[in-house]
Amino acid sequence: MKKSTKIFTGIMLVASLALTACGAKNNTNNGASSPSASAPASPSASADNSGKGFKIAMVTDVGGVNDKSFNQGAWEGLKKLEADTGASVKYLESKEATNYLTNMNQFVRDKYNLTWGIGFLMGDAVKDAATKNPDAQLAIIDNVVDAPNVASITFAENEGSFLVGVVAGLTTKTNKIGFVGGIEIPVIKRFELGFVAGVKAVNPDAKVTVVYTGAFDKADLGKAAAASLYNDKNDIIFHAAGGTGNGVFNEAKERNKTAAADKKVWVIGVDKDQSIEFGDDVTLTSMLKRVDQAVYTVSKELIAGDFPAGKITVLGLKDDAVGLPDTSSKNVSKEILDKVEEYKQKIISGEITVPTAQ
Amino acid sequence: MNKFLKIITKESAIVPFIAIVLGLIVGAIIMLIGGYDPILAYRSLLNKVFGNPYDFGETLTAITPLVFTGLSVAFAFRTGLFNIGAEGQYIMGMTGATFVGVNLHMPWYLHAPFAIIVGTLIGGIWGMIAGYLKAARGVNEVITTIMLNWIALHLANYTVNHFLLEPGKGRSYMIDPSAQVTIGWLSRLLDDARVHWGMFFALLCVVFFYVYLFRTKQGYELRVVGSNSDAAQYAGINVNKSIVKAMFISGAFAGMAGVFQVLGVFMNQAIAASPTGHGFDGIAVALLGGNNPVGVLFGAVLFGTLSYGAAGMSFGADVPPEIIRIVIGSVIFFVAAPGIIRWLMKRLSAKKRKGEVV
Repeated sequence: MKKSTKIFTGIMLVASLALTACGAKNNTNNGASSPSASAPASPSASADNSGKGFKIAMVTDVGGVNDKSFNQGAWEGLKKLEADTGASVKYLESKEATNYLTNMNQFVRDKYNLTWGIGFLMGDAVKDAATKNPDAQLAIIDNVVDAPNVASITFAENEGSFLVGVVAGLTTKTNKIGFVGGIEIPVIKRFELGFVAGVKAVNPDAKVTVVYTGAFDKADLGKAAAASLYNDKNDIIFHAAGGTGNGVFNEAKERNKTAAADKKVWVIGVDKDQSIEFGDDVTLTSMLKRVDQAVYTVSKELIAGDFPAGKITVLGLKDDAVGLPDTSSKNVSKEILDKVEEYKQKIISGEITVPTAQ
Repeated sequence: MNKFLKIITKESAIVPFIAIVLGLIVGAIIMLIGGYDPILAYRSLLNKVFGNPYDFGETLTAITPLVFTGLSVAFAFRTGLFNIGAEGQYIMGMTGATFVGVNLHMPWYLHAPFAIIVGTLIGGIWGMIAGYLKAARGVNEVITTIMLNWIALHLANYTVNHFLLEPGKGRSYMIDPSAQVTIGWLSRLLDDARVHWGMFFALLCVVFFYVYLFRTKQGYELRVVGSNSDAAQYAGINVNKSIVKAMFISGAFAGMAGVFQVLGVFMNQAIAASPTGHGFDGIAVALLGGNNPVGVLFGAVLFGTLSYGAAGMSFGADVPPEIIRIVIGSVIFFVAAPGIIRWLMKRLSAKKRKGEVV
């Protein structure tokens, strides 16, 4: 008796699920074409509709789309593209590294016009998808993939870092400045070289101490590195260390709570305007890396019919892809900002060449 | 036939099944609240998994490591140990296989088997450390395995960084083709999906698990130690030796998961900022499968299908990844709380009986 009831319950549950599944057959078609629910910004009245019919997508790395960093920036760029041109955009998050390739392939197989792989880590997956699907068009941020159908987008971090170096060189009172890097890879090396060159350009007497913590996700290491740099009379630290840099900010915050006004220490943020997250009392300025701008510009080039396939695009000061945020004026004086503008023009015109790393 | 019916209507089989259905229903309710179409979402999930040969092959690839780590956790459970260290053993297995795959050069009939053996042994030894500490010093294996996870992660990163690194790539060199365990013909049949021999090894391990634990003297001893170590001691079983042995086998299973991820899927090892999660998923899989080898296999199939199909829900029904994680989480929740299901079943059958009387 009891056993039969159990079977009955089981069958009922299966049947109810199966029935509801059958009932849904009618509405599959309109689901696929509806605009992305997470991007409600439907094409506004000002949209020129040039992108109508274009399908553009991106695949995040394991950081996910809300990483407060490049993945988020890239998605913001695509949403802006949707609003401006009416192109349909979509993203897939990668839960683990095995998903990089399968997520890329999902879009490629669905005949998307352009699929972005966001971040250095996606290199192998983009390469693989590109070789096996020569008709697909792909693009990657922060890495170089050698394939005729891939646009590789990298940034001239050294140019932007040069400008924050100018700010640091002119602001320091102790003539000692620190640099905290994550892992010593070419991208981060570009930050370091540009920064040091910028400081030396305006303040040849200043000494820059360079520290690599060996990790991008260890706030404790960043805090320890910052503590020893500040103890050593460095009054400004530029970090290019992702989450490790959060520790640099924390250390600076603690010190500023008790320090006299003339002993204040500063941090220069990276990638985004970090004064928004950490406050104006410690953030001198930030070195912006406009991933959103890069994704937007290159996707728009695709719509206009001149996608830079097979090319390496290095975005720098002239493209407004790196630089200082507008909020810098809160802590940086007008004279220094004028100086920054002057150097910016010199770099763009080629009068100054900023050292770089491969 | 009668026996078969008995097996599938056994409570141990019915409870997880109802749990899954309940989890899916709760997930559907959450999607409805969020304004998404749950039926379309589940259809997209199934479509992603079974819709085309490529995705089907990739689903098999996603399931494989979960079978290994699930067996690893379940094996330890059966012997009275809680192995939270499958993650670390997985990473060590990966590292061993990568090291052999990259640094040694041999003909294929030696290279791949040697890489598999080395990786598996290192995974086993990593588990054995925790077993030894428990046996010799009485240290709780929960604590040591968690610690060993982090040691493994950083040891692996160190090894890749210093001995295997391909400059500028953030990962090791590719392993020699002779060490790869891909199945070329099946891969071509499945549209280039990354299928590999690991899945057959996983099935062999399921058989080994059953035969060793339930059909040999050694396995019997391990189970006795698991049920009551004092009784085992009294009966003349060497408890300490059994604990070390059990952790070695458990670690070897997890190590094999890592081995096949390297030799069959990635062909290289990336510098990882955080654990991959396969080891922790193994705990959920073991739970789903009730620590029974065949159950683990089904648990892994369910878990792998859900997590691989999740991308389909995101792609086909625009469900954001957060909600998908809630759906997966609620399935695990109901499986992990069989008491709820039993209570529900009792209520249902009680009600029905009442109805019959009336």
